[in-house]
Amino acid sequence: MKPDEPLDLDSLIACPVCDLLHTDAVIPVGSQARCHRCHTVLMTPRSQAMTHIVMLATTSLILMVAAVFFPFLDVTAAGLERHSSVMDTILAFSTGLLMPLSFAVAALIVVLPTLRLVAILYTVTPMAIAYKPWPHAKAAFRLAESLQPWSMAEIFIVGVAVALVKIGGLATLKLGPAFWAFAALVIVTALKDTFMCKLTVWKTLEHRSPR
Amino acid sequence: MENAGTSQPPLTARAAGLVACTQCGRVHDAETAECRRCGSVLKSRDTTSLQRVMAWWVAGLIMYIPANLYPMLRTTTLGKDTSNTIVGGVIELVKHGDYGVGGIVFLASVIVPVGKFFAIAYLAFSVHRPDTMHNKARQHLYEVVEFIGRWSMMDVFVVAILTALVQFNIVLAIHPGIAAICFALSVAFTMLSAQSFDPRLIWDADEASQP
Ligand SMILES: [Zn+2]
Ligand SMILES: [Zn+2]
Repeated sequence: MKPDEPLDLDSLIACPVCDLLHTDAVIPVGSQARCHRCHTVLMTPRSQAMTHIVMLATTSLILMVAAVFFPFLDVTAAGLERHSSVMDTILAFSTGLLMPLSFAVAALIVVLPTLRLVAILYTVTPMAIAYKPWPHAKAAFRLAESLQPWSMAEIFIVGVAVALVKIGGLATLKLGPAFWAFAALVIVTALKDTFMCKLTVWKTLEHRSPR
Repeated sequence: MENAGTSQPPLTARAAGLVACTQCGRVHDAETAECRRCGSVLKSRDTTSLQRVMAWWVAGLIMYIPANLYPMLRTTTLGKDTSNTIVGGVIELVKHGDYGVGGIVFLASVIVPVGKFFAIAYLAFSVHRPDTMHNKARQHLYEVVEFIGRWSMMDVFVVAILTALVQFNIVLAIHPGIAAICFALSVAFTMLSAQSFDPRLIWDADEASQP
């Protein structure tokens, strides 16, 4: 193909990172298509991806509910015992000047990850069980994509580990069921993301949306 | 995947007189304002990208200074108050012999934020001086900054968890310091700075060097 020939726009895709044009070939399931120039992964179609995404995202949502409301940690110091849930962690800053920080922590570890899961389910579920996407599915998927860097559940888990070491000398600790729910949530969400081929979802959405 | 321009120079969407969507990869005529596949706003190159990068960068740096000067944590043991800054907390961990965790906190709260300031500044600067480092190396630097920057939020979560857990009246209590909010803002601002960067600017050097 030469640059001066009229280009068939539907048969092209551009690398989102470096703008290089590629012909939009059909990629065999299970393999990866990478940009020629910057090696960004363009497509990774997986078999039964939609069904897997729906199942894993639903599991994550259920785990999130368990993680927020079940006891997270038990601390004993000087004969006093204290149970604490994720909710308590969020409300830790709820007094005084640091209140905005409570909102930020709540957003980063619970609200935004949950919103992202819901948006993904809203986009993918109708396409997995039926054919046509629901209205505003495009906006929902754009939201899910923009929330990705701000969903910090996995960072929270590492923070818990660090906090445990820090107070190890001051108090005795026991991990509650919510801790394990949260850890499982992180793993299931990561697994779900391996099934999410962004470009395939977008192409399917375009293909099945009414013009 | 095949590059649409099989011969050199690399054919980008811009060079072909087209505009590509950075969200979904769809290619459009140059005048198109909104992506037909996903509804994103289309821009061949984000011309205000560098201004926004620098604005968020400066905001992040301004917040990073009080984040290091003021206490992150205040521990009250039987009426005795001790405060710890970010670096102070690391020193405390090392003193207790927790070298591994001390190292993780030092990495997430000092090395990563400082390194990120230099990396983003260099990426923005190198748009005008692309010859200082290979494009691929700059692309890697950009990917590392995007991937690792959010992990700095860990220390904020540690403070939240400790505050929630360790509340035993006068015997032992931990309170957050004002630095926690400054640090959280600093991390958020530098994340926004990195997100504002248009990575296509890295690769435009390829076209600029063509006759
Ligand atoms: Zn590329
Ligand atoms: Zn698009």
